[in-house]
Amino acid sequence: MTETLPMAGTNIQVNLAGLAKADYRGLPSTLCQGCGHNSIANQIIAAAYEMNVVPENVIKFSGIGCSSKSPTYFLSRSFGFNSLHGRMPSLATGALFGDVSLRGIGVSGDGDTASIGMGQFKHIMRRNANMVYIIENNGVYGLTKGQFSATAEVGLNLKHQGLNPYMPVDICMEAIASNATFVSRSFAGNAKQVKELLKAAIAHQGIAILDIISPCVTFNNDENAYHSYAWGKDHEVPLHEISFVPARDEIMLEKEMEAGEVREVTMHDGSVIILKNTEKDYDPTNRAQALQILEEARQNNQLLTGLIYVDDNKPILSDQYNLIHKPLNRLSEQEMRPAPETINKINEMMF
Amino acid sequence: MTQRIVNDFSITVGTANGSGSQTSNVTILRALFKMGIPVSGKNLFPSNIQGLPTWYTIRLSKDGFIARRDEQEVVVAMNPNSFERDLASVVPGGAFYYDDSIKKPITREDVVVYAMPVKEIVKRDPNIPSNLRDLVGNMVYVGVLAHMLGIDVEKIGQALNFHFKGKQKPIDLNFNVINVSAEWARDNLEKKDPYFIEPMDKTEGLIMADGNTAAAVGSIYGGVQFAAWYPITPASSLAEGLLDYLPLLRKTEDGKNTYAVVQAEDELAALGMAVGAGWSGLRAMTSTSGPGLSLMTEFAGLAYYAEIPVVIWDVVRIGPSTGLPTRTSQGDLSFTANIGHGDGESIILLPGSVNECFEFGWRAFDIAERVQAPVFVLSDLDFGMNQWMTEPFKYPDAPMDRGKVLWEEDLKELNGQWGRYLDKDGDGIPYRTVPGNRHPASAYFTRGTGHDAYARYTEDAAPWEANMARLKKKYESAKQYLPKPVVNTVKGAKAGIIAFGSTNAAVEEARILLANEKGLKTDYLRLRSLPFTDEVAAFVKAHDKTYVVEMNRDGQLYRQLIIAMPELATRLISAAYSDGLPASARRVMKEILAKEEK
Repeated sequence: MTETLPMAGTNIQVNLAGLAKADYRGLPSTLCQGCGHNSIANQIIAAAYEMNVVPENVIKFSGIGCSSKSPTYFLSRSFGFNSLHGRMPSLATGALFGDVSLRGIGVSGDGDTASIGMGQFKHIMRRNANMVYIIENNGVYGLTKGQFSATAEVGLNLKHQGLNPYMPVDICMEAIASNATFVSRSFAGNAKQVKELLKAAIAHQGIAILDIISPCVTFNNDENAYHSYAWGKDHEVPLHEISFVPARDEIMLEKEMEAGEVREVTMHDGSVIILKNTEKDYDPTNRAQALQILEEARQNNQLLTGLIYVDDNKPILSDQYNLIHKPLNRLSEQEMRPAPETINKINEMMF
Repeated sequence: MTQRIVNDFSITVGTANGSGSQTSNVTILRALFKMGIPVSGKNLFPSNIQGLPTWYTIRLSKDGFIARRDEQEVVVAMNPNSFERDLASVVPGGAFYYDDSIKKPITREDVVVYAMPVKEIVKRDPNIPSNLRDLVGNMVYVGVLAHMLGIDVEKIGQALNFHFKGKQKPIDLNFNVINVSAEWARDNLEKKDPYFIEPMDKTEGLIMADGNTAAAVGSIYGGVQFAAWYPITPASSLAEGLLDYLPLLRKTEDGKNTYAVVQAEDELAALGMAVGAGWSGLRAMTSTSGPGLSLMTEFAGLAYYAEIPVVIWDVVRIGPSTGLPTRTSQGDLSFTANIGHGDGESIILLPGSVNECFEFGWRAFDIAERVQAPVFVLSDLDFGMNQWMTEPFKYPDAPMDRGKVLWEEDLKELNGQWGRYLDKDGDGIPYRTVPGNRHPASAYFTRGTGHDAYARYTEDAAPWEANMARLKKKYESAKQYLPKPVVNTVKGAKAGIIAFGSTNAAVEEARILLANEKGLKTDYLRLRSLPFTDEVAAFVKAHDKTYVVEMNRDGQLYRQLIIAMPELATRLISAAYSDGLPASARRVMKEILAKEEK
């Protein structure tokens, strides 16, 4: 609020929004050195810059936990709300009604989303609120010093808790089951993919889930742990190479790409997600196939990453309300309070 | 026959829940209201969809008393399962009507008994389809009572017309049964009891409405833009009132909505959504009852500390726990006053009539936005779900107060220099911006964690203490925006009474009974908000003893009072009780006298 803003005319590179990359930065991170969350924050900055996002058109949200601290590390010029543990979805749902031209970017964790916040998580999916919903998923509670989260794999061995006896929650499966309209999984160690998925998620209308495996270097980074850097690097199987092409850019396919190797998903705004197949052709608009491929990955002990499911044509939450075009939070008293003559009519409607 | 008793008795109907009797009961109530007789109706119903016993009690009072009475002069028994209880409830000399298909012994000789051949009467009308006979059977007692007591049949027609929204088919169907039943009574029953109804002119200019509808419509006049809710008895009809009346009152000329109502997955999410909307600059509300408020606690604490305007209606039912979901109470006061962990306090509005439910509906938003705080409005089941005669709703007499909100042009003037939690005006109330403000210095980061005057995260001791002290000051400043208590004094009063909410009618009547029967004259302060304004302590100070009347076991208002004014604690006497029933004057008097004699 008291920071000096860059003066116009200074010789720095700007994007189409007229902003330099520095305009997308946040405060310095207070998380551990090497935390996956920091690299995700950096990719959010990069994606927002490359997407020419106007920071004032974004609201940041989070719940409680290490992940939920991270909205202060990017987009300082955006409004932000670090809410309650597991309650980001409800708070965001209401807040986005204030001005429905704004896009939400939420950051949550696996405890915040899949344990305490599972109910709200599933309901924001089915309502298709207009926000990007990132889960920085490390299988562990960091701020409380290393307890299992609901995404921890069965048999995970943690220093204080021993062996995890319970089966894990698969956030992407839960999201698809709840009718999410954009579901993706990535790995903080795969920065390029994280960034391209973020760009596609920002372009998507409605809820966009990014379940990003984001290792906790302090409490859950043993090489055999599902959420570690080492395991991720060894077991990541990208569904495709993903690149996002904004609406204004001409699509230039690499020469070696041939038919059948590339799949394009055109978004409502004309932008295109280009998916270059890796092993086999995968159609991310097929919900049944999405669930199947997640199940196969589980059986094969793979960290499957990429765009798992997308449907860019579903109405978003605010579309259901036939709202006045002007932002609700800018309505005048005249627009909000019925005219004086109506009160007699109302009294007549009583007995 | 003994002396005629006119327009001064109670009628109670015992039926089975879900049998359709509510239409009959409300029709009688409305017809009496249209006859100009001061009247009240209380639905004493079980938490059940169909089958359990339910009662509806109507009081007619030529003197204008509308509190429920414990004594029943005219009782109608339609439910075999409550027959004995219904028969036992009639006062000696009273009238007992019953459906003659109930084959149970009449065990009293001190009441006048009328048997009604309900099935036979219904069969007389060939136009009634056999599948509707049970339903319209409840209209038989309407017709019989109309003839026997003297209810104007034309007014009954008006009431039916209102109830069925002018739909001729159900109106005719029911009205015919009433007429046939009245004729049957004329031909077959001999009037032996002293109870009569005659027209008056005491309800002119008044309307009849329930508190939940009043609250909903009042909120709409307050400009509500966002409501989130979760179904719960007895609050559901408040949100449903919004859904009914918003489309009538809050569409633009081209048919667009200036509001959104979301049914949430639970109360926790309901308040979460409302807090989010309040934060982003909308007039936001939720409505619930005790169990829902329990779930809302964490967001209420956040809204207090992050300073977010939101209005929370608690239509109180009796607790603890699930309690009696369909019985009334004033038992959420302590909880609301101290809601949330850590330090805190609450702004609470206490409507004392259905009309005030409307008024506080719009006023709550002005207070919430002015103070940037959650505002709780404690109604109760008696207000919320019963029909009350009341003054017509009055259009808001003050322009909206949107509080201290900075928009782009304001920030330009300030050169972007401002602090979200900075006490610039010295009243503890800071300035805020809302999302969508495109000024590059508009944004700030909101959190429930420690923050300084510029909304920056801090764990340092000094800014924590300073911020909490400012919040305290803010709530002191808030008092000037709250509804003041209504004080009613009489010459020669020996004691004071403090009460609030739906007990008002019973307290007013109890004061007259106390004066007339016991020679105890009382002054009366009807509390309308918390935290207490100066008038409350002044009232207590002016009396050697002040009885605090409320419908809960623990004396929750009493406790708040002695905490707020410990130096006056010895002057305060708790006259609290809680039985789940709408307050009656005799019970209030009894509670006061029990303490008076000690």
